[in-house]
Amino acid sequence: MFAKFLTTIVTVLAGIGAALILYWLLNKLAELMPSKYEEKLKPYFYILPAYTAIAIWLLYPAVQTVVYSFKTKVGFPAESWVGTQNYSDLLGSEQFRQTLINTLLWLAVVPVVTVILGLAIATLTDRLKPRAEYLVKTIIFMPMAISMVGAATVWALVYDYRNSGNQVGIQNAVWTSIGGEPVAWLQTSDFKLNSFLLMVMLLWSTIGFGMVLLSAAVKSVPTETLEAARIDGANERQIFFRVIVPQIWPTVITVFITTLIGTMKVFDIVFVMTNGNFNTNVIANEFWLQFFNNNNKGAAAAIVVMLMVAILPIMYYQARSFRKQEAYG
Amino acid sequence: MTTAATPPAPTVPKSRRKTSEPREGNPASAGWFTKTTLGLIVFLWVVPLVGVIITSFRPRDDAATTGWWRVFIEPSLLGNLTIDNYKRAIENTNLGEGFINSLAIALPATFIPLLVAAFAAYAFTFMDFWGRDILFITIVSLLVVPNFVSFVPMLKLYRDIGIGGSFPAVWLFHVAFGMSLGIYILRNFMSTLPRTVIESAKIDGASHFQTFFRLVLPMSAPALASIAIFQFLWVWNDLLVALVFLGPGDKAPMTVSISQLLGQQGQNQELVTASGMFSMLVPILVFLSLQRFFVRGLTAGAVKG
Repeated sequence: MFAKFLTTIVTVLAGIGAALILYWLLNKLAELMPSKYEEKLKPYFYILPAYTAIAIWLLYPAVQTVVYSFKTKVGFPAESWVGTQNYSDLLGSEQFRQTLINTLLWLAVVPVVTVILGLAIATLTDRLKPRAEYLVKTIIFMPMAISMVGAATVWALVYDYRNSGNQVGIQNAVWTSIGGEPVAWLQTSDFKLNSFLLMVMLLWSTIGFGMVLLSAAVKSVPTETLEAARIDGANERQIFFRVIVPQIWPTVITVFITTLIGTMKVFDIVFVMTNGNFNTNVIANEFWLQFFNNNNKGAAAAIVVMLMVAILPIMYYQARSFRKQEAYG
Repeated sequence: MTTAATPPAPTVPKSRRKTSEPREGNPASAGWFTKTTLGLIVFLWVVPLVGVIITSFRPRDDAATTGWWRVFIEPSLLGNLTIDNYKRAIENTNLGEGFINSLAIALPATFIPLLVAAFAAYAFTFMDFWGRDILFITIVSLLVVPNFVSFVPMLKLYRDIGIGGSFPAVWLFHVAFGMSLGIYILRNFMSTLPRTVIESAKIDGASHFQTFFRLVLPMSAPALASIAIFQFLWVWNDLLVALVFLGPGDKAPMTVSISQLLGQQGQNQELVTASGMFSMLVPILVFLSLQRFFVRGLTAGAVKG
């Protein structure tokens, strides 16, 4: 244990040191240039590591993934072109269509609920005294610091099921105490019940995030606009929907998009809780199953390509709204 | 993404109470409806956590036969509480090793992206060069690219160059996907720094390297802190990247070993809860002690890729 600890520390320090030395060397290299070029080239030296990383870890793999998606069994002697077969196999399978439907359900539910509940909590806590507000917000925000694996240990206990005897999971305990039969919650896919229960876990950890952003926005709404509306005879509901919401709308969009992207990639929860069984599979977990369990790298790559295509409009939107903001902001 | 309503990272750290001050005159104050609703929400938020905390201290037989809430009803059960689960989890399920591995992954994977991001942000803010805007917009749009775009090719590449299954393989991966957000937030922050100070350093003969380390980095401390916390939590809590590049084994971080433990399910609930609690300890401490920075980082505009 101690030896391992020591080697680990050495590795960590070596890694950090190497990063520092790299920049020192780059800077020295730029200074060795004739001074005419030095000023011109230095910025490129400073951003070089960042863009090298982007080229190696993003661009190269993105291109490769597209290529792989038209091949089969990547990395083995059997590698060969299969045209669009990976795609047609995936889209043709009933099981994959179910996975897509589940993912769409997650996308339809989680971002909207995060925005609505986040905004509701942000508005309500705004009325509390500062100390109480801080406490409530801390409690609701805290799950964000907890890993999904940690959250799984929390919620596995909530959804625990025993077919007889005392229930140790609180959900079944409440359910049986009001007269129900014990339910194996995560295995019940009627009305997508188990998928919804998994979504609760994600909501538990993302609503705090939405609340923090929306709360900052609500607080930045100028008080004069609220007072003006009150003098004009608006009631609280009108003030909320007609004065506050329009002013915080950009933040609402931010929270929505961030949560949307997070939900698209949701993996840990499903992987740990059901591994996609009982009709709870989502696209990220399907990627994992194809990748490692089936060793079907071609299908895994095809899934990633579909996901990239879905993300493209959001990338475009990001770049466009950034440009706008720079222009006016 | 920063939008009109979420201001870029403020120059002066503001305390939370101060931000609410201008609204002290808000005539709407908490009535019974507000208090009950919030009370209920807080209750729902906390109950699952309380369950885990209590279960992690209960002996195996108690945890397997009675619900954790019984300890509130039958005080005799309180006497059974023990830290045995934690001892066993650390000894039997290589959780201690997992803890060291988690640190070994998270520390460099926090520091290196921060350094890369700081240098790039400095260049974007204080230096003029051809292609600056388009390069920066590339960063902004890459914020949303999901990291499993890279898994299949990188796994192959890592194997080919012989760093497969090593810590540096994971660090470098996190550098690539963590720095975009860092560059974005830091540039927003650095552009609020007083330019005159940087100009006068230049006149005094300071090189960019000196200006960066002696002036800009110290002045950017609040933004650096918030990115560091963000990235640290992100890496510490990550399961997928560790699973792909390290897998279960002697380099596995805690998330991987706990997911393994959860996979076995069944009778070892007390071990699972103890391990879970153990893994949450560091992030919760980081979160509670540095919450202010964390919140500021988020409101400075964050879309995690």
